Amino acid sequence: MTLDPLILSRLQWAWVIAWHILLPAFTVGLAAYIAVLEGLYFLTGRDIWFRISGFWTRIFAVSFGMGVVSGIIMPFQFGTNWSRFSDSTANIISPLMAYEGFMAFALEATFLGILLFARKLVPPWAHFGAAIMVAIGTLFSSFWILATNSWMQTPSGYQIIDGRFFPRSWTDIIFSPSFPFRLAHNDTAFFVTTGFVVLGVGAWLVRRNRSPEEGRMMMRMALNLLIVLVPLQIYLGDLHGDNTYAYQPVKVAAMEGLWDTAGPMPWAVFAIPLQDEQRNIYELHIPHLGSLLLDHSWNGTVKGLKEWPRDQQPPVWPVFFAFRIMVGIGLLMLLVAIVGWALRLAGRLYDTGWFLVLCQWFAPAGFIAVLMGWTVTEVGRQPWTVYGLLRTADSVTPSLTGGDVLASLLLYGIVYLVMYPAGIAYMAGIVRNGVAAADDPGAIESGRPPQPFQTAPGEPG
Amino acid sequence: MDGAVLSLVPVWTFLLGLTVFYYVLFDGFDLGVGILYGFAPREDWRELVMNSVAPIWDGNETWLVLGGLGLLAVFPVAYAIIIPAVYFPILIMLLALVFRGVAFEFRFRRPAMRRFWNNSFFVGSMVATFAQGVVLGTFIQGFEVKGRVFSGTSLDWVTPFAMMTGVALMFGYGLLGAGWLIIKTEDGLQHWARKAGQVCLVGTALAIVAVSVWTPLIDPFVARRWFTWPNIGLLIPVPVLTAALTFAEWFILRSKAEFLPFLGGIGLFLLSYCGIVVSLWPMIVPFHYSIAQAASSESTQAFLLIGTLFLLPIILGYTAWSYWVFRGKVRGDLGYH
Ligand code: HDD
Ligand code: HEM
Ligand code: HEM
Repeated sequence: MTLDPLILSRLQWAWVIAWHILLPAFTVGLAAYIAVLEGLYFLTGRDIWFRISGFWTRIFAVSFGMGVVSGIIMPFQFGTNWSRFSDSTANIISPLMAYEGFMAFALEATFLGILLFARKLVPPWAHFGAAIMVAIGTLFSSFWILATNSWMQTPSGYQIIDGRFFPRSWTDIIFSPSFPFRLAHNDTAFFVTTGFVVLGVGAWLVRRNRSPEEGRMMMRMALNLLIVLVPLQIYLGDLHGDNTYAYQPVKVAAMEGLWDTAGPMPWAVFAIPLQDEQRNIYELHIPHLGSLLLDHSWNGTVKGLKEWPRDQQPPVWPVFFAFRIMVGIGLLMLLVAIVGWALRLAGRLYDTGWFLVLCQWFAPAGFIAVLMGWTVTEVGRQPWTVYGLLRTADSVTPSLTGGDVLASLLLYGIVYLVMYPAGIAYMAGIVRNGVAAADDPGAIESGRPPQPFQTAPGEPG
Repeated sequence: MDGAVLSLVPVWTFLLGLTVFYYVLFDGFDLGVGILYGFAPREDWRELVMNSVAPIWDGNETWLVLGGLGLLAVFPVAYAIIIPAVYFPILIMLLALVFRGVAFEFRFRRPAMRRFWNNSFFVGSMVATFAQGVVLGTFIQGFEVKGRVFSGTSLDWVTPFAMMTGVALMFGYGLLGAGWLIIKTEDGLQHWARKAGQVCLVGTALAIVAVSVWTPLIDPFVARRWFTWPNIGLLIPVPVLTAALTFAEWFILRSKAEFLPFLGGIGLFLLSYCGIVVSLWPMIVPFHYSIAQAASSESTQAFLLIGTLFLLPIILGYTAWSYWVFRGKVRGDLGYH
């Protein structure tokens, strides 16, 4: 068997990006949450905000550090493994990513230092300001990287000369047709993800009676957010799907496991798609629902995968199942939010044991949904890197051998399997320690004792 | 891309050069601090050494990303050739940076694992620096290219010259790190940093000599650049200044000055950087693509320039502010646990 550098490079990309995305999925929401808590503390001066903020800031510090190191790996992947893609698309996507660096990374990284280490060194408003800057930075980050990705999904505003892309209109490039939907759906997903983590941790603190007051506050805040954002997220997902249907119909056909063009189109609740035979087995479906969801009509016709030649179809089963898992999680999340509110209105939120346990179980739900959503997006785009224009097979670095990529993939494998469990264990440890009281020095500087730095005022630095 | 009346290429070359230099200085000193960390003889000193960069390393490392993305944006074909050519050095560097970066956070959390993360800070800093030096050496030597792609193998970087530059950079970053520690610390530790700085200075000086002799020997292009008239007359200040500054730095390190050692280190890096630029100019992929040939489209450069000219001063502004906030000495009496 010969090792194929293409397949291995794809695996490597999927491996590093999947780990990376988990951290933005958490830190984008958490940065905003911390900014809100810092704001409340700044305005009201109440200790509870300070304690909750300190608690989450400690967790944030660990996750952000992991986000940075896993992120720095990402842009280099374009060069190491996807050099043909880079050469071909750089005129278009490189400024978008460079703006991410200038607007987002520099902002986040610098103000993070202030947020973590400088509570005593700067006035309160500046500390609150730093929290806002970090939160804004993470949002800028998602803006630019999703603009990049969306252009790859639904390219616009370009022209092709000698096999390379050249810009025609920057507004069309940044605001490519799928971008607004992807940005809205993705960032809402990140807030929802964080919301469920806060809810789960709050429930744990209440259940274990560790820091019940803070735990209750976290649960309340999370439920307030989720009852709005989860339905919104489902609605945005529907809009996003409509957009995909308009611009990438073959991806939608893969999401639905639809081989033959059908009108009316049934909606498969379950099936096992067999790509080789171009059909499903064990299909269980609801008549007309597909037409209703996609065409918004009772009998509307939807194109099946067979309309495209085999070499333009994405792998179907990962897309099909990932989509169902994401949607399933979304619906369950809605249920949790509604039940949570019902219990709250009935005044039984904090002593309904099974619900508290349920909340804990749902803490990781957002991460799974995010990974599944991205699997739909990215695997559904195959076999292209730039949809319809540049094939993945033509994107890979030509000088690489299978052995090269196998070696790097193994190393990435080992390193991530050391770093992530360690990071997760550390964060779990912080949670287990509970929310420290404000006078506990541990609470002051992101889990560090008071100051790593003692400035001697007046001395030049 | 040629023939444009108002080309942005020179502007971008300058800005990219500046970005790379900024990275080399700033992450250079904090990687250097990581290297010295491993040699510091006392546990409490090591704490101070690490704390002296804890709030700023992340911001410094961001410039690596800016440099990488800048290269992609301004000279895409160079990015597409160079990065694959140094596939493994880049990989090793990235993984080393992972260990080094997470060590800042992870080492507080569980005493049992503390040693592991402390070592990973030291080893990670050292390996990342070595890998960067190898990238530099490989770059100076040039690449095998066919058309727009790298046509060598993923092990082309394994040469004596690149190994030498790898080691050289460890001494260079060590010198910068020592300069930083002299600013941030006092008493015994400061004294130790001065000693370490002297060792690194000797290593750096030897490395500069080695590169200066070796490069013209392996590259006729570089030899012609330096040793033909009138170039030799115009360029002679570079080696002369370098030699003078090296001697000065030796005495500065032994004096009481707290800022000068760091500045001297910066000066040496600046001169070496100029030396490399002189050797290779105008090549961005030695010796296949010049900066003009490798440039991205006018529109790409213009679009990016607008924002950059606006954002760069802001970034430098708040970065400076953060250094100001964390000014002063790191002290032991109020350190970590
Ligand atoms: C908390 C996470 C979460 C939840 C609950 C949902 N999604 Fe989602 N979905 C994502 C998180 C996500 C994501 C990870 O953020 C993706 C990947 C790319 C993107 O922009 O968002 C995504 C992609 C994505 C796509 C892919 C479009 C494309 O890229 O071409 C569709 C069609 C949907 N979603 C639809 C839905 C529907 C109908 C949901 C209803 C329950 C839903 N999503 C819930
Ligand atoms: C947002 C910026 C992103 C960009 C610019 C991007 C870019 C790319 C590129 C260039 C490829 C082609 C290489 C390949 O086929 O492996 C790819 C594929 C892939 N990406 Fe992304 N990606 C992004 C986000 C994500 C995220 C967040 C995930 C998942 C968590 C993801 C998962 C994948 C997977 C699984 C593939 C492989 C598909 C296959 O080979 O079948 N991507 N992406
Ligand atoms: C949907 C996809 C992505 C989103 C929303 C996203 C967002 C973020 C955010 C918020 C951070 C801040 C640190 C953190 O907490 O993780 C970050 C770090 C980083 N990301 Fe991503 N990212 C995505 C995918 C990518 C891809 C595909 C690349 C490669 C070009 C990339 C490159 C980086 C880099 C270089 C960093 C480190 C920044 C630093 O030096 O501080 N990201 N990302």
